[in-house]
Formats: sequence, C-alpha cells, structure tokens
Amino acid sequence: MDFSLTDEQQMVRDSVERFVEKDYQFEQRLKILDRPEGYSKEHWNSFGELGWLGLLLPEDVGGFGGTGVETMLVMESFGRGMVLEPYVPTVVLGGKALALGGSSAQQEALIPGLIEGDLQLAFGFAEQGGRYDLARVATRAEKSGNGYALSGTKSVVLNAPNADKLIVSARTGGGDGDAEGISLFLIDAGAKGVRVKPYRLLNGTVGGEVSLDGVSVGSDALLGEEGNALPLVQRVVDYATAAVCSDAYGAMDAVFRRTADYVKTRKQFGVPIGSFQVIQHALVDMFVEVEQARSMSYMVSMKVDEEDADERMRAVSAAKAYLGKASRFVGQQAIQLHGGIGMTDELDVGHYFRRLTMFDNLFGNRDHHVERFASLTQ
Amino acid sequence: MNIDFTPEERKFQEEVRQWFAENLPSEIKEKVELGLELTREEQVAWERKLGEKGWLAANWPEEFGGPGWNATQRYIFAQERALASAPNVSPFGVAMVAPVIMAFGTDEQKQEYLPRIRTGRQLWCQGYSEPGAGSDLASLKTAAKREGDHYIVNGQKIWTTQAHWAEMMFCLVRTSSEGRKQQGISFLLIDMNSPGIEVRPIITIDGVHHLNEVFLTNVKVPVANRVGEEGQGWTLAKYLLGHERTGIAGVPESTKQIARLKRIAGEDTVNGTPLLENPDVRRRIAELEIDLKALEYTNFRTLDAMARGNPPGPESSGLKIKGTQLQQGITEALLEMGGYFSLPWHTGEAIGMREYNTSTLRYNFLRASTIYGGSNEIQKNVIAKNLLGLG
Repeated sequence: MDFSLTDEQQMVRDSVERFVEKDYQFEQRLKILDRPEGYSKEHWNSFGELGWLGLLLPEDVGGFGGTGVETMLVMESFGRGMVLEPYVPTVVLGGKALALGGSSAQQEALIPGLIEGDLQLAFGFAEQGGRYDLARVATRAEKSGNGYALSGTKSVVLNAPNADKLIVSARTGGGDGDAEGISLFLIDAGAKGVRVKPYRLLNGTVGGEVSLDGVSVGSDALLGEEGNALPLVQRVVDYATAAVCSDAYGAMDAVFRRTADYVKTRKQFGVPIGSFQVIQHALVDMFVEVEQARSMSYMVSMKVDEEDADERMRAVSAAKAYLGKASRFVGQQAIQLHGGIGMTDELDVGHYFRRLTMFDNLFGNRDHHVERFASLTQ
Repeated sequence: MNIDFTPEERKFQEEVRQWFAENLPSEIKEKVELGLELTREEQVAWERKLGEKGWLAANWPEEFGGPGWNATQRYIFAQERALASAPNVSPFGVAMVAPVIMAFGTDEQKQEYLPRIRTGRQLWCQGYSEPGAGSDLASLKTAAKREGDHYIVNGQKIWTTQAHWAEMMFCLVRTSSEGRKQQGISFLLIDMNSPGIEVRPIITIDGVHHLNEVFLTNVKVPVANRVGEEGQGWTLAKYLLGHERTGIAGVPESTKQIARLKRIAGEDTVNGTPLLENPDVRRRIAELEIDLKALEYTNFRTLDAMARGNPPGPESSGLKIKGTQLQQGITEALLEMGGYFSLPWHTGEAIGMREYNTSTLRYNFLRASTIYGGSNEIQKNVIAKNLLGLG
C-alpha cells in the first residue's frame, strides 16, 4: 500500500496546477467560454508542448506510457479550474481507443498529430433508446465493396463539432441490443454523408448529434476486430469514467473551499454565518463527502488499468456511483450556503454546480453504476 | 501509487487467517456471528489464548511485549479477526489505558499493569461519563480529595461498559475546582474491589447487560495509582481519544457484515425467489458496499500517512462519522430484510432464520455508535473548529 507519487508524477501535478492557477482564473475562463469552438486552441497547443496530450499513450507510439494515476493528476486540476479543453473526448476516449484498438497503421497515422495537438477526436457510442447500454447499437455498417457503408445516429457526442476524426460504434451483425456484432470505425468528420448538429452542453463544452447517411469507408477504417468491439468500448468508456471521477473530485474540492471561505466573510445578524452551528455542520458534511470522493478518485485511478475486466468494472462503478451521489450533494449544498448570490451566473459557484450536475449523467449515472456494481458483486 | 499488499504482507495475512481458523472455538464463532453477548468466562478464555500467542496486545510496540506490527499489519490482523468472526477484544485495557500508561505512567505502573493486560489477566473499564457530563465531559464532578498517600473518591460514573466484569477502572476525577474546568482533572486507576464501589446494571435497548452505573463512596485510592501529574488528566484523556484513529471506522467489521448480508439475502427466498433478486434489496446492499469501499480507501490513506510517521490527515476526521453511519445502515438493512422474522426477541432457538431473530441485537445496540466516543455532532463541532477554522 502506497499513496505517494513518483517524481515524474509530482512534476505533472505541479505543472497542471500552475497552468490552472495562471491561465484559468474565472475571468479568463469566461472568455474561452465565449469562443464558438468552446475551448482555446492556444491552450491546446501548450498542452501538446507540455506533453499532456501523450501522457496516457503507450511509449512505443511516442507517448509517455502513463497510467490511470497520471490521468487523475491532470483531471483533478482540470476539475478545480473547470477547464473547457476537450481532454476527455480527444485524449482519453479517442486516444485510448486508438492505443488499445488501433492497427499500427492507424496509430502511426494519427497518434503523432494527437500528441502534438493537431488532431481533435470524438467518440460516438450513445444512441437514443439505449440510455447507458453500450451494446444498444442500431447504427448499421453494411458491407459494401471492399469496405462498409454506415448509417445511423450517435447522440450527445462530446466534442463532435470540433473533431477531425470520429470514432463510432456500428453494428456489423446481430440485433440492436446484442453484445456480439458491434464494430468500431474511424471516419473523417468531413466525409460525405456525415452531418454534425452542434450544441452546447451543461458544463459549457460542445457536443453534437452525429448522423451518418450511407457513409462509405474502406476496410482500413475498422478499429479493432470486426463484430467484437464491445469489450473495447467498455474499457475505453471505463477509462473516461475514471477520468471524470477525478475531475469531479477536483471540482467538489474547489467549490467546497469557496463555500468555506464565503461563510467566514458573509455576515448576517451582525456575525459571519459560519459562526452558526447549523452552517458549520452543513460544511462538515460537505467536507467529509469531499474526502470520501478523493479516496474514490484514488481508488479508481489505481484500478482502472486492471486487466481483469470484472475487477476494473467493479472499481469504476463503485467510484462513479459514489461520486455521483456525493457530487450532487456538494453541488447543491454549495448553492444553498451561498444563498441568493449562489444562484447567479456571474459567480463561479453556479458553474461548478453545472459541471457537477453534468458529471452524474455522463458515462452511466448512479442508478446504472449501482446496478452494474451489484451484478458484479452479488 | 498502488494498493497491493507486499508478498510479506500476504504471507502474514495467510498466517493470521490460518491461526484464527485453527484456534477459534466453533461455539464462540457462532455467537459472534449472531451478535450474541459472550459470557465473561468465554471472553477471558479467548483473550488469554490470544495473549499466549502474543496477539492480544496487537497494537503494542515490542518494547512493551507487543508484536511491534506496522500499521498495515495491524490492519490485516483486524480484517482477519473480523472475517473469522472472532470476538472483539475488550478495548479498555489493551487499546485504551495501556497506551496512556506507556506514555505517561511511572516504571512501577508499567510493570504492575502492562504484563497483565497483555496476557489477558486483567479486565478494565472506563470511568469517564457522568449523569451530568456526557458530550460536555470536562464538567465531570466525581471528586478526589487528597489525604496523605491516598485520594478519597466520591461520585458517580455512568454508561460504564463491562464495569461488572472489570478488575480495574481508569477514571477521570476532579482534584481541583479552581481555574478552567479542564485543568482540575486527574487520571486515576481504581481497583474495582475497593470498599465503597457499587456497580448497578443498565439494561440497554437490545435487552442485554453491557453497561453500568458505578457509584463511588469514600473509595480509597493510593496516590501511586494516579497516572501523570495532578491536574493533567484532561491531557491524558485527549491523548487517548486521538490514539486509535483508524480503528474507529470499523472497516473490518463492516466488511464482514456486508458479506454476511449478501449470504443471508442469497439464502432467504420470497415465493421461491432469492431476496437478493429483489431490485430494492439488491440496490440497497450494493450501495452499502460502495460506501464501504469509500471508507476503506479513506482508512488506507490514513494508514499510509501513519506508516510514514505522519499524523493522520484531514481525511481521518470523517472516519468516525461515516463509519458509524455505515454500521447502522447495515444493521438496519438486515432488520428490514427479516420482516416478521426480526421480531422474535431473545428466543434462544431459530424461528425461521436465526440471523433475522438476532438482527435487532446489533441494530438496537449500534444506535449507540453515533453517540459514544464523542457523539457525531461533537465530531462535527471539532472538525468545524480545528480543520475548517469556523466558530
């Protein structure tokens, strides 16, 4: 048992913390939020220069070979700063899919650009009528010539409007909910028949509906094995789930600290409201949840690279379910203890609240993960 | 960062597991599983057996005859004890008064008490709370008046667990009413066979005799039985409270109880279907197990800090609050799973599943867990003041 960081890990943590402190103050963030693409390309380029974009990619393709722990160190600070850059869609979902499922030709073609900051990715795995079931894939990939023709719609695809390449799950066999018959495809966002309907998401980042109308791809567009992609999709989504857990912990900790500071300065009845026991106990309840959340963020970061799929899924589901509940509580209490000012868009507290609210609905909410945990432990 | 035990630690775990498997009598194991109170004879016999192995004083350093285990080994031992359904060791001697004697006692006191405690030859109780001094412990009134080489002690203690079993009591008494109320308190070791001590049982809501009132009337206690200086008692009491931060979470016990909950829910059926297939039961157990996971890792963080010689971090403060809530949640789940079969009261034989019949013992008794050891409300006051800088 050892919770210490290596020197390299400590350096990663320090550099991400410095970035958030220097370049992600609330006013700076608001300016980025106003941009049509919802993130800063300049920041993205610096991520590349700092080595963060290759952090969790294997060393043999030019990455740093980092684990879930490195991802956690980045995400904790990103959560604190409410960073808008599409790290999860491009680096975690896209990067992990390429690293785990990509052929060497695909990796050689795409990973260098990804690491340098020249490539944006999006991973479409959700569909209407499927909720969080990754096996619910109605999008079809029909054999056509030497390749496939893809038709269907992927919903709420993170970063889709910015993506140069899309990774989508599509059915090459079986019925809509079957575990077998699912394949992954890598397609150009500009290919004929691809349409992205863009929108903003609750936390200010961009997403979109991706419709595919007979999109024609070659057999080299297949990512991983034909018909057997579900375990890969699960693993990649689990990785992203672990990453957003650490993001949520960072955001919870930050909004908790703001709330603790606020109750020391806000006066009513002639005294700081933090002198009231009812406020003190409410804050302690938040504090205890934040510390439990941190423990779960550590836990899932250490377990997410686990080869045994059941053990990995148990850890991911336990963390996501716990943090889902804890983040709701902390977000809601932060608004409550700030009172009226907490309701305003001009204060960062409401932005944290929206980020935390979005978190529970991503990659399986509490209900979904409690059920998955139960099915793996009972 | 990694969470795995080292090969040596796994070997140690195996050794402990095997020892419990070979040495725990089956009738004791069954009583512990069901949450039934042991007799004094059973408790003492088990503690002496552990004492012979050198494992009764599991957390002691080698200097005082303990095994000298590190924080991880202690954790493994506690986990294996719980999983084996071995009885809890009475904490008042080995885990409470002994560390105080080690840190503040005279050489004579160390020689007098530590070997007996370590071998299971002396049971202790804790004389802290009084009718008017619960959460506000420092307002205690039991008075010790100096007369030559003795103190004459008069007063009343309450909620004294195992006072009816104990040979000795460590006791907070007032030796002065000058200055702040914390300053006039001293720490005495009192022989329970002294004239003037009367122990009266308190039956708790589980129908069991764990607790007592202890009345002290002109009890003569040698000055040599005072630990630390006169007026230093409050410092010693705080030292004792801060001593075992990780044990308070009850992770090993809750791990065992959740495993048991799953076993019972898998065996019991409703209309031929296992209870575990009822979505509400299934979800409830899963949520308890997830809460346990969070608590376990918070506990690991504290153990890791201690293993490095650092003081427990801020995470440890919530351990008591979350740990006791979880214990209560588990007992409540079992009680409610049992339906009608949780209602037969102290039957001595199985009416339906015996596990349900005895579920109210733990459910009722563990209501105390959020009250004792500093109520959870007091814990929150302390966290607000010391960690959040409020109030």
